[in-house]
Amino acid sequence: MRPVTFTLNGAPRAAFAAEGQNLLDFLRRGVGDLSPKYGCGQGSCGACTVIVDGETRLACLMPAEDAAGRRVETAAGLDPQGRHPLQEAFMEHFAAQCGYCTPGMLMAARALLDRNPRPSRDEVIEAISGNLCRCTGYEPIIAAILSAAEARA
Amino acid sequence: MTVIETLPTLAEAARSGAPFFGGGTIWMRAVNAGEAPPRLVRTADPALRDIQGAGDAVRIGAGVTMAQILARGDLSFLHAPARAIGGPQVRNQATVGGNLFAPHPYGDFAVALIALGARAVLAGQGGARPVEEVVRDRARPPLVAALEVPRPRDARAFGWLKVSRVKPKGVSVLSIAVLAPREGGRLRGVRVAFGAMGPHPMRAAGAERALEGGALDAAAIARAAAQAAEGLDPPTDAIASAWYRRAVAGVHLRRLLEGMA
Ligand SMILES: Cc1cc2nc3c(=O)[nH]c(=O)nc-3n(C[C@H](O)[C@H](O)[C@H](O)COP(=O)(O)OP(=O)(O)OC[C@H]3O[C@@H](n4cnc5c(N)ncnc54)[C@H](O)[C@@H]3O)c2cc1C
Repeated sequence: MRPVTFTLNGAPRAAFAAEGQNLLDFLRRGVGDLSPKYGCGQGSCGACTVIVDGETRLACLMPAEDAAGRRVETAAGLDPQGRHPLQEAFMEHFAAQCGYCTPGMLMAARALLDRNPRPSRDEVIEAISGNLCRCTGYEPIIAAILSAAEARA
Repeated sequence: MTVIETLPTLAEAARSGAPFFGGGTIWMRAVNAGEAPPRLVRTADPALRDIQGAGDAVRIGAGVTMAQILARGDLSFLHAPARAIGGPQVRNQATVGGNLFAPHPYGDFAVALIALGARAVLAGQGGARPVEEVVRDRARPPLVAALEVPRPRDARAFGWLKVSRVKPKGVSVLSIAVLAPREGGRLRGVRVAFGAMGPHPMRAAGAERALEGGALDAAAIARAAAQAAEGLDPPTDAIASAWYRRAVAGVHLRRLLEGMA
């Protein structure tokens, strides 16, 4: 076990990480943030996408100890009432059906808009290309992200 | 259970004899599945993440990620292959060094390095070895410190193509990189490399022979396409059969070369 001190959605946190434990398991079981989802455990689905020091990362492929001293952001930190512009846009555009991919999609979209507030449709597609959705066919998600960008502008 | 140990220097990682953990996009899958060895080593040595771009060649630390390459305007000749590695999250973690030894169908970036004539600087050894030789050591990969990548003198002399079923992000049916420098209308020093066409990225001797010394015209392109898969033994997997890969390799090589002519 190693102590890991980091910030989660702006608040300082500390917990013990087991040897070889990934950040996803650490956040869910060690810290109690259930918003990043376990999909494949192989980096293929993107449901565990979180933002670390401004970059999207697959929490299932990142050793938990690598979070030490860094800023970790998850969907739980977007807005407690679900009123973040991206969350509003996802609801407005029916961009979630089963909802399992949604926290990862939101974080991929958030990282995109932070870097590029007015992305093109192609840039949105590229930004969510590491996130699988088996319900929506992606169109409503793309529309939601584009409209959130417009609403913020 | 796997311990991922961080050692202060690359030399110590090399001496430890344990398998090396680069970005970990491949290793963490095994760690998560409980299939990784008990000990992996890595290093926080900043030299591993260094990019030095002076002159005709750029030296890229083995720990440099695909995202870091994409952030460098002076490395635009490497942007297309770097962008072909997984999705954005993977590119924030996947390293150049790890791509050399990523198992089939991975290794798309190594394909580009081979065509460019890049050399791998091995930890604790003087000199550098051609990437196409180093990638063959699958069983016990030698620890790579950096890659020395010659810049193509003419950006149009370097061509890159990845063929995948899922767009924009999908694993390779195959990938191709071509370096075709021209001297007075003739091709000199042609290098053609394929990914997913064998146990590791490799050069295509038949296509190189067909192109070397001539003009990049329709006849030469047709000859190169006909000999594209010569000597290559592509695997069958969920993406494509060996037969299919061999059948389409020449078609895609022809399309790439036509775009460079
Ligand atoms: C969802 C997903 C999609 C992917 N898509 C692609 C793709 O499209 N194309 C592609 O090519 N790859 C792809 N990959 C595979 C992988 O991410 C890349 O090949 C990456 O470059 C591997 O680098 P790494 O640093 O993460 O490797 P690691 O997991 O750290 O290591 C991989 C191998 O390389 C060895 N190694 C690492 N660094 C060194 C070094 N400096 N010297 C010697 N040996 C070293 C390791 O010991 C290990 O054998 C994908 C992976 C995922 C999870």
